Amino acid sequence: MSQGRLPILELKEITKAFGGVEALRGVDFALHAGEIHGLVGENGAGKSTLMKIIAGVHPEFSGRFMLDGKETRFRSTRDAHAAGIGMVHQELSVAPDLTVAENVFLGNQPTNRLGLVQWRRMAREAGEQLSRFGIDVDPMTRLGDLPIGLQQLIEIARVLFSGARLIILDEPTSALSPPEVERLFTTLRRLRDQGTSIVFISHFIEDILRVSDLVTVFRNGRKVAETRSADTSKGALIEAMIGRGGETLEHSYTDDLMLPPSGGGSVVLKADQLSFGRSLQHVSFEARAGEVLGVYGFMGCGQLELSRILFGKLKPDHGTLAVDGAAKTFRSTADARRAGVALVPESRRAMLFHQEPVYKNISISILERISALLLKPVTERAIAKRQVEQLQIRPPVVGLDLGMLSGGNQQKVALAKWLTYPPRLLVLCEPTRGMDVGAKNDVINIVRDLRAKGLAIIVLSTEPETVLSLADRILVLKRGAVVREFACEAVSKDRLLEAA
Amino acid sequence: MASSDSATRPADHQRPRGLGSFLRSQMRNIAPFLTLILLSGFFAIASPSFATLDNVGNILTQVSVTGIIAVGLTFVILCAEIDLSIASIANVTGIAVAYFTLQESYVNIANVPMPGWAAILLALALCALLGLVNALGLTVIGIPSFIMTLAMMQIAAGVSAMLVRGQIAYKVPPLITTLGSGSIGGIPWIVIVAAVMLLGGHLVLTYTRFGRYVYMVGGNREAAEFAGLNVKLILGAVMVISAVCSGIGGMLGVAHFGSAQQNEFDTYLLDSIAAVVVGGTSLFGGRGGIGNTIVGLFVLGVLNNGLDHVNIDSFLKILIRGLILLAALIINVYAQRLREQAAD
Ligand SMILES: Nc1ncnc2c1ncn2[C@@H]1O[C@H](COP(=O)(O)OP(=O)(O)OP(=O)(O)O)[C@@H](O)[C@H]1O
Ligand SMILES: [Mg+2]
Repeated sequence: MSQGRLPILELKEITKAFGGVEALRGVDFALHAGEIHGLVGENGAGKSTLMKIIAGVHPEFSGRFMLDGKETRFRSTRDAHAAGIGMVHQELSVAPDLTVAENVFLGNQPTNRLGLVQWRRMAREAGEQLSRFGIDVDPMTRLGDLPIGLQQLIEIARVLFSGARLIILDEPTSALSPPEVERLFTTLRRLRDQGTSIVFISHFIEDILRVSDLVTVFRNGRKVAETRSADTSKGALIEAMIGRGGETLEHSYTDDLMLPPSGGGSVVLKADQLSFGRSLQHVSFEARAGEVLGVYGFMGCGQLELSRILFGKLKPDHGTLAVDGAAKTFRSTADARRAGVALVPESRRAMLFHQEPVYKNISISILERISALLLKPVTERAIAKRQVEQLQIRPPVVGLDLGMLSGGNQQKVALAKWLTYPPRLLVLCEPTRGMDVGAKNDVINIVRDLRAKGLAIIVLSTEPETVLSLADRILVLKRGAVVREFACEAVSKDRLLEAA
Repeated sequence: MASSDSATRPADHQRPRGLGSFLRSQMRNIAPFLTLILLSGFFAIASPSFATLDNVGNILTQVSVTGIIAVGLTFVILCAEIDLSIASIANVTGIAVAYFTLQESYVNIANVPMPGWAAILLALALCALLGLVNALGLTVIGIPSFIMTLAMMQIAAGVSAMLVRGQIAYKVPPLITTLGSGSIGGIPWIVIVAAVMLLGGHLVLTYTRFGRYVYMVGGNREAAEFAGLNVKLILGAVMVISAVCSGIGGMLGVAHFGSAQQNEFDTYLLDSIAAVVVGGTSLFGGRGGIGNTIVGLFVLGVLNNGLDHVNIDSFLKILIRGLILLAALIINVYAQRLREQAAD
């Protein structure tokens, strides 16, 4: 498909370093009209960096950049936008205080001859575009009031319908439910057939193989492979990504999996009849020591609210919580932490301090343990160093500002802060979102370790694989209610999806 | 392979950008310092009486009360909150300490004389209480600090008015008199107190757990909550700290001026906020510190004092101060943006 035609975008020998960190080393990359190009690679491999160069976010790099055969240099994202390049960033970059409609038209609102924004037309067109994409919201609601998954969909929709001829999607599906992913792929294929070029980054290799025509693999800032999707396999791609055999690393969970008989540890947390607004209705369950309880459900099924309630960030309207048999009312997250509950939320923006160094991000939750009044920076750094090594966070420099780490590595930092002094109950929301296969495997092993140490663990996820790979017992949430519990029985991806 | 790699790497090309982005990220600290040097240089050339040891002493004394108040305000602004009641609380605390002290017979105030230590303790308790009201309004009821402290500004002014009823009191406990207007070995006590409090504030912010929490809450309040910090407690604490610093500044100020009366501290609200912000502490929280506040204090002190040394229309002086403040605010906001860019 690509042979014989001029690529619309051609990059040669791209090198980019941040201070001492080399993010890209001599990468060639070409993109033709009417193709979907998948990009895979471990956390920190340089995928986002290359895409940000294309989208004008990083104007300084060395190498050649040719658009339509002409040498070009973007000075800003505005230049890239003008050249017809649109990008959905890995981190959500919507304007939460604007309406849905304004977000859809960000930067090019329809105006009348006087230059005034045509609100009614904007709302109508935004509504039409979104509903074509299967999103049913009032275009005049404030975007920040919608759940993260919906915000992500709206951001994607904005770029897809902006008329860009080159669209970059950096891990767009991490917060989407399976049917939403399907709809996205249908739209991508249609755009491709109309001649749009699309770059699609994901850690879900099946998705990449399914939707893209070509796949490029990155490792350590280099391009290590580029093949047609039809000519490769999941195992081969993983091997190229991490440089060793990958078949053992990931299950597909299509076959039945036997959940173990109940572990019989003591009950650490007992939730009784929790209700919260319209999001949760009479949810009751127990979490036991040495057991991983999975909570599966589609976006908006009430998982987020549940995790917040367990950590004292939201107060339930009804219902009670008991930790180790003692009834608890958490008035703040600090109460919950003292009671031995820890939470890793799903959004990186919410859980990390981007302007602070890695070690402060790791030590923040345990400062109380390591220092009475005065800080002990040496101890702090030592503890952080140990966690960074254990979780293989890259680059392994604890003094670096967190914002300089790649998305997946930031995710690991968020987990690291709870591991030095393990809590009684660990609540993980989407613990493997945005992680490469190797890192996912690391997280799985860490969670299993912690379980062996006798922690009670609750994993909430919208990805069936995540729940299946970790849980000993699974609750399925649907519209705020527990509709099914899988315990000591056979379960598979299909059965989970069916129950939700 | 590796060696050829590093040879072809445009390392030289990268280094200047590294320095550039470092400077850009440090803009918030560099700009106020440059301003200070430029201003001092300008006045030193413009007026022979400016750069003298005596005058340096003057400047130090002049910024002391502002400095004491600004210590607490720095904590508040680092948390991305604001305290507009600082000047009123300073005023009411100064009045209170005089109110509980025996006045000369010609002072026509129905006051309640007490031993010096009791007067001081009561005055401190009063400012701490007002700070606590601010804290509760902000954290328990959820009133934005801007509004809450605006109300407190009126409330404290009201209490002041009730206590002095338009009269002027002169006497304060001897300890306060010494600290406010005495000196030791030629150094005014008030300068020493200000220096000690600034140093104390700096040590707390830099070396204690609480100080770290202040920065983290200011940097990303949501993340602080998800890390299991008691954000409300921390916010409440900084409001109380701010009120107590203001109270101490007010008591010493009253001794320094030699009288306690209504509206005595009105200019200190703007001056303290200006000192903190001109110094480069971010209005968005999480960045800056006492070091910045000290530089900000000197910028204001040098400006106020220097304008007295050169022949400038005293009305123009007010305008010039306003313009300098505006410039500093622009730099403050701009520095934030540059930093974010440097982080990309
Ligand atoms: N603004 C920055 N400042 C400094 N270093 C950076 C910056 N952005 C990225 N890096 C570094 O560049 C390398 C590549 O990061 P990049 O974000 O491109 O990875 P990625 O392949 O997108 O990974 P992930 O799957 O985790 O998102 C990482 O080592 C990262 O730490
Ligand atoms: Mg990335």
